[in-house]
Amino acid sequence: MATAIEIFKLLPKKNCGKCNFPTCLAFAMQLANQKVKLSDCPFVSDEAKAKLEASSAPPIHLVTIGSGDKKVEIGDETELYRHEKKFFHPTCYAITISDSMSDGEVESKLKRAEELSFERIGQVLTIDLMAVRNDSDNDTRFAEVVSRVAEIGLPLVLMSERPEAMKRAVEEASLEKPLLYAATEGNIEAMSSVAKELACPLALRADDLETLAKLAVHARETGVEDLILDLAPHRAKDLVEKNTIVRKNAIKRTFDGLGYPIILNVCDDERAVLKAMLATMKYGSIVLFDDLNPAHALPLFVLRQNIYTDPQVPIQVRAGLYPVNDPGPDDPILFTTNFSLTYFTVMGDVDKAKVPAWLLVVDTEGLSVLTAYSAGKLTEESVVEALEETSAKEKSTSGILIIPGLISRMSGKLQELSGMRVIVGPRESSGIPKLLRSEEF
Amino acid sequence: MAKIPIPKEKWSGKIETVVVGNTPEEGGSRSSQLMLGGDVGMPFLSYEGVGHRQRLAGEILDSVEGIPEISIAPFNELSYDVVEWAKRWKDLGADMICLKLRSLDPEIEDASVEKAVETVNNILNAVDLPLIVYGGGNREKDAHAMEAISNACAGERILLAQAEEDAYKSISAAATANGHGLIAYSNLDVNLAKQMNILLADFGTKLDNVLMDPLMAALGMGLEYSYSVNERIRLAALMSDRMLQTPMCCDLTSAWEAREATEEEESWGDPSERGSWWEATTGLAALVSGANLLIVRHPRSMEILQDAIVELRGE
Repeated sequence: MATAIEIFKLLPKKNCGKCNFPTCLAFAMQLANQKVKLSDCPFVSDEAKAKLEASSAPPIHLVTIGSGDKKVEIGDETELYRHEKKFFHPTCYAITISDSMSDGEVESKLKRAEELSFERIGQVLTIDLMAVRNDSDNDTRFAEVVSRVAEIGLPLVLMSERPEAMKRAVEEASLEKPLLYAATEGNIEAMSSVAKELACPLALRADDLETLAKLAVHARETGVEDLILDLAPHRAKDLVEKNTIVRKNAIKRTFDGLGYPIILNVCDDERAVLKAMLATMKYGSIVLFDDLNPAHALPLFVLRQNIYTDPQVPIQVRAGLYPVNDPGPDDPILFTTNFSLTYFTVMGDVDKAKVPAWLLVVDTEGLSVLTAYSAGKLTEESVVEALEETSAKEKSTSGILIIPGLISRMSGKLQELSGMRVIVGPRESSGIPKLLRSEEF
Repeated sequence: MAKIPIPKEKWSGKIETVVVGNTPEEGGSRSSQLMLGGDVGMPFLSYEGVGHRQRLAGEILDSVEGIPEISIAPFNELSYDVVEWAKRWKDLGADMICLKLRSLDPEIEDASVEKAVETVNNILNAVDLPLIVYGGGNREKDAHAMEAISNACAGERILLAQAEEDAYKSISAAATANGHGLIAYSNLDVNLAKQMNILLADFGTKLDNVLMDPLMAALGMGLEYSYSVNERIRLAALMSDRMLQTPMCCDLTSAWEAREATEEEESWGDPSERGSWWEATTGLAALVSGANLLIVRHPRSMEILQDAIVELRGE
């Protein structure tokens, strides 16, 4: 967004007051703060309007694929590094179905794709899109497979070099906003016309960024605004470099013709997983997979979850009483906070002890032990409340409560309030296995 | 046709180059010297300029007690013999060996310092790669062990690990006395990493002997914190913060502690492959955020990361 002075230079400087502000400069300041609209000025020139609109547009266009509650939104990013604010729209993953597969193969691949689903700290991690590739060169077959794949409800990517195949598939399957992949130098005219006609987002593919920028100009001139870029990187090096160039040029506004989300196609690529991981960290918005082994999908999905976490908001796990190593009524209770890092570390160490125990996770609004204690979010009272809410003392009648070593000063009052025998645990979670295995239990 | 500008940053800072391993020419017995660091831009952007090659150290444990079996299974056939283990890493193309003397820990084996020195010597004799040596985690004992190991390896220029905020003087003195390097550990925070380097510099340690370890949290265990801390360290260093211009070392092996990495669960795929990618993904995040040296546990993750470095550097 332009500064007040930059805006002021483009205004008529009549100080007419028709915008309800005494001077053009006052109006410019309100504009810079996005408090008023440019159209409030009756005398602004078309040239100024165009310039100001361009500078207030988001650096990376927001593109929506599909419709309804499963639609995906990508782009509209504003940062180069996640710590500067956050990354907004997580990378989307697609599995590709070829229309030259038999119906049986299509069914089993669809089933596998749907099974790629993991629940983790309150989120369901899955693939986001399905792609159908027109390998058969047969429009009827393409439309048929597209219609079948559309039934599972995910937004679609249609992969074909031939605009007529796209058109028929979109119409026969009555699709809303599937991504058309991809327009190249050879078919840009016909592809952008079809994208315009069907009101679909369009992917552009070229080996070099100059050609890509040219394709983008062409698509915009045809009236297609929702564009996605395939930079066709050969190696991991090209991927990181090209993605960074495109992202940085858009955000720093050093080149405004390529401010669109990036798609990466790793079908038939022996380094598919490696590249997908890199694209997830480095500005990729969609990755098209041929297939995805669950042993690779889980680390990939968790990476995406990690990278797209808001750095300002700690990840919280659900408060409650967690059984570890199949505990019974004689086993002790340990407590910790619901900050995800603390929880994962403590849970891992209790698990490693191979001793049955109950882990009480107290809601501290996602703060770690010492921070929560200092901020008054972890008190003797809140621990007792958590014990009661979870009926912990009924599930464990051992009467033993192990507390984090960092807050040993809680022990006296907590013993009194809870009526339990309080044992001060280690300051570092890594000491938990030793404590649990000691003769005391 | 419009030329797309390359948004190259003009950095005023540069990462220090730390040399590890001495050849007979420099008074050691390693086959070659490794250069670490030397970065002049953000990772893997050749148009900003890249530093020395990122390196991979294969981990060896002199006691495997309590270590998840699946993470070290490929070395089981060697009966976890440290010398055979080191030779295997060399065959697998590791750039360095990282020996962790867990047996020193009174709660594991309480092995003697003499035995630790013998282990180090056996490995130095068996393979000619540069070496990193970690103690067992008991401060007092590690201080003795590091001094003895430093003397025993005089001239080899190994890396001693690790200096910490409240335990850096003896290890730093041990390293400096015999011309070794050291790894300075800090707990996931830009300012703590900087503070550690300031303490070392004030104590008289030259920063071209130091690698910083800002704690690489594993995938799913806080990776995002480390990713951003690493990036912020590297950005500050390139913007000429002298006290952050040491190369970065990230230990990936804690990835094997993450439950989801190896838990038996049919719909999650093969646990060994998954665990290896868990470690490798942690490594990729470390590389992309600025790591110069990675400590790796599993041969499969080593393979993935070796390939990744070749690909990322476009070699």
